[in-house]
Amino acid sequence: MTLSAIADTEPTDFAGLCESRWKGRVTAKLDAAACHVACEPPDLPAICEWLSEEMGYVFATLVVEEESKPGWLLTYVFYKDAATPWVYVELRLDARVTTVPSISGLANGPAADWHEREAEDLFGLSFAGHPRLGEFVLHEDWPEGVVPMRHSFDARRMLDIPEAPNPAWDPPTIFSAPGSFAMPVGPVYSDFGEAAHFLLETVGEDVVRTIQRFFYKYRGVEKISEGRPIDRVLLLAERFSGIAAFAHGLAFCQAVETICDVEVPPRGRALRTVFAELERLRHHVATIAGICNSTALVVATAQAALIEEDLIRLSCQVARHRYFFGAVVPGGVTCDLVEEHRQHLLTAVDEIAQRCEELHRMLRYSSSFLDRLEEVGIVSPDAAAAYGLVGPIARACGATRDMRKIRPYAAYATVDFMVPIEQEGDGYARLRIFFAEIEQSAAILHQILRALPAGEIRAPDIVARPGTALAAVEAPSGAAFHWVRLRDDGMIARYRITSPSFTNWHGFHIATENFAFQDFPIILASFGLSNAECDR
Amino acid sequence: MANWVLKGLRTRIKTSAYRSAAEAVSGLSPGQPRGVALPAHDAAALVERCPTRAIDSCEGGVAIDQRRCVDCFRCHADVEEPAVPWGDGYEWAAYADDVAAMRRKLGHAFGRSLHIRFLDAGACGACMSEARQLINPYYNMHNLGFFMTPTPRNADVLMVAGPVSDAMRLPLRITYEAMPTPKRVVAIGACAASGGVFGPSFAAGGGVAEIIPVDVVVPGCPPPPLAILHGLMVVVGRKPPSELISRPSNGEMSPE
Ligand code: SF4
Ligand code: SF4
Repeated sequence: MTLSAIADTEPTDFAGLCESRWKGRVTAKLDAAACHVACEPPDLPAICEWLSEEMGYVFATLVVEEESKPGWLLTYVFYKDAATPWVYVELRLDARVTTVPSISGLANGPAADWHEREAEDLFGLSFAGHPRLGEFVLHEDWPEGVVPMRHSFDARRMLDIPEAPNPAWDPPTIFSAPGSFAMPVGPVYSDFGEAAHFLLETVGEDVVRTIQRFFYKYRGVEKISEGRPIDRVLLLAERFSGIAAFAHGLAFCQAVETICDVEVPPRGRALRTVFAELERLRHHVATIAGICNSTALVVATAQAALIEEDLIRLSCQVARHRYFFGAVVPGGVTCDLVEEHRQHLLTAVDEIAQRCEELHRMLRYSSSFLDRLEEVGIVSPDAAAAYGLVGPIARACGATRDMRKIRPYAAYATVDFMVPIEQEGDGYARLRIFFAEIEQSAAILHQILRALPAGEIRAPDIVARPGTALAAVEAPSGAAFHWVRLRDDGMIARYRITSPSFTNWHGFHIATENFAFQDFPIILASFGLSNAECDR
Repeated sequence: MANWVLKGLRTRIKTSAYRSAAEAVSGLSPGQPRGVALPAHDAAALVERCPTRAIDSCEGGVAIDQRRCVDCFRCHADVEEPAVPWGDGYEWAAYADDVAAMRRKLGHAFGRSLHIRFLDAGACGACMSEARQLINPYYNMHNLGFFMTPTPRNADVLMVAGPVSDAMRLPLRITYEAMPTPKRVVAIGACAASGGVFGPSFAAGGGVAEIIPVDVVVPGCPPPPLAILHGLMVVVGRKPPSELISRPSNGEMSPE
């Protein structure tokens, strides 16, 4: 279903509804992409609250843009389901404005919290009423007053960041009683852990809360994309989070295709679905291996790791690269599936699904393993809703959100699959979701590979033109939103990536309150998130 | 209770045959582009097409700087013409520079086993996933005498992935300094070797060598597990190193 078709099926006119609810205070316009609701700053928090509390919308992302005729454009993106239009609440401000009302207050829930903190750090905008602005993406040794996302800042500029004599990170802790301490974890690990820093605050055996600091891996991807051509930025889209390279590359390409009005041929769409599901399979199997490893279940870890490597080899056989780099381009894909590979893939996917099923069966009978996962790292449905969590973590506590259903892309509208749901929201529920999604991915692959359309795999060369688009893709760890604006000369004006790891790490602290210290690695593994994907 | 012991025993020996013979299973490596003799206008077209300036024209053709190649396949025959030949294999690790090669020659400090500390300096996840595969039963680096160590004080080798993001500069230097001598640094991936697609910029550097001395570079984006294993083998002197620049004449070095 195309976007305009979604809008057409809307029974009541959402724009009309908005205007009558906010008489004279907003102008609303429905187009193929979304319902654009333009408002003034004082009304913003109330409108966002109305959307999330009364209309059942979920906050997706905040896109801050510095417009070329000086001024700000802030777009707050909300989504709901396949039958309702997306909503962009738009705020156009004078260039001199430095403060915007925050929408992450109590009434709205904290979903936009990190987005506002990031915008404060990178654009120098302040958000009135925000509970905790300050050091976030840029750590404390970053020079005061230098805001890298502003157009006036040159991305090639080498900053003279003094290396602080003491690298210890020392945020305010809640306890000062004797015997209490904060246990640091990271940013360098004893194994292949990703750079990130956690402080576990404890007064004895149990950890009371976890303070997290990310963005050790901030590579300024959004900034260095600006002013560059589409084909160069595609390299960044794929490589900022290599374990979900295809999903993010695809999201970027879809945004470009929307702007340039490119139709991807059916075989190209089908192959995109194949690659995306192979990537999901690999991600989920790797996450399961991580969970087994965190509980020291050696044989199970090895079994999962073998399946993982087999999937990586499979990717390399069908798409040249072990992580699908270079497989997706605006207009389609670069590698076709020859008949021999199609057959091979069909058998291989079956075999892998079977091995996963066996692994799941054995894990279900390992009571000591289940004991470590059950009732550990719980995320409640309310918390998931308030934080706008996405992907398997949200689906483990009752939220059905899945971009493949909400806004079908590639060939997902043509396949029959379900979105698995669990209710408990603990480590075990997440494990079950990963296994259930593996089954569904295998089913999707089967359907697509059985009836692979013939024809071209990519549209002829595209002609870049100015415009804006938002693409939503269900990456392996959840919804990814890529916002692209192209300049008149076809170069990137603004690229905003909202990744599922960014969204879900925000909710990680909910799962890490009042738990036993030795459970920390298990909770971490059961989230299956990537810091590279979060930090960009 | 699930019988994991039985399951473990039933699984056939999976470990890669790296030590004895070259691996021939497909999917182990994406391969890498090679330098080739070409007419000047084709060479110019290729230089133009490579997004990371990994391709440079040289006497009679093009040479590839493997440190810069990010596996984009845009110089690959399947995608466009003219193209460069695509080599398979994975023994890509090379000495970072002449100084590193000298260090290596001036006496060999390690036994057959190595303790490794891994540091993520802003890698994208794929490099780390490949490094993590080394402890997977297929690659089983423990069998080769390579172990991860929980503390830098026991580490012989610092393995680094990523372009070195600003915030990881200091942890990188501290970890390096905490390691006893002799020590070796292995930079894995195009990011660690040259900054890859990210650096140098305001947020990330142009590779590990800007911060600490690097001994062995493993090119690739990401380098497959066997290439990383080759890098470790080079450190202990059990395998000869490869070259960082692939030139037209069958990879033989010609004077600059
Ligand atoms: S594959 Fe490597 S050498 Fe070839 S164009 Fe891409 S980066 Fe350049
Ligand atoms: S070299 Fe390539 S795979 Fe490795 S971290 Fe950099 S972008 Fe990722």
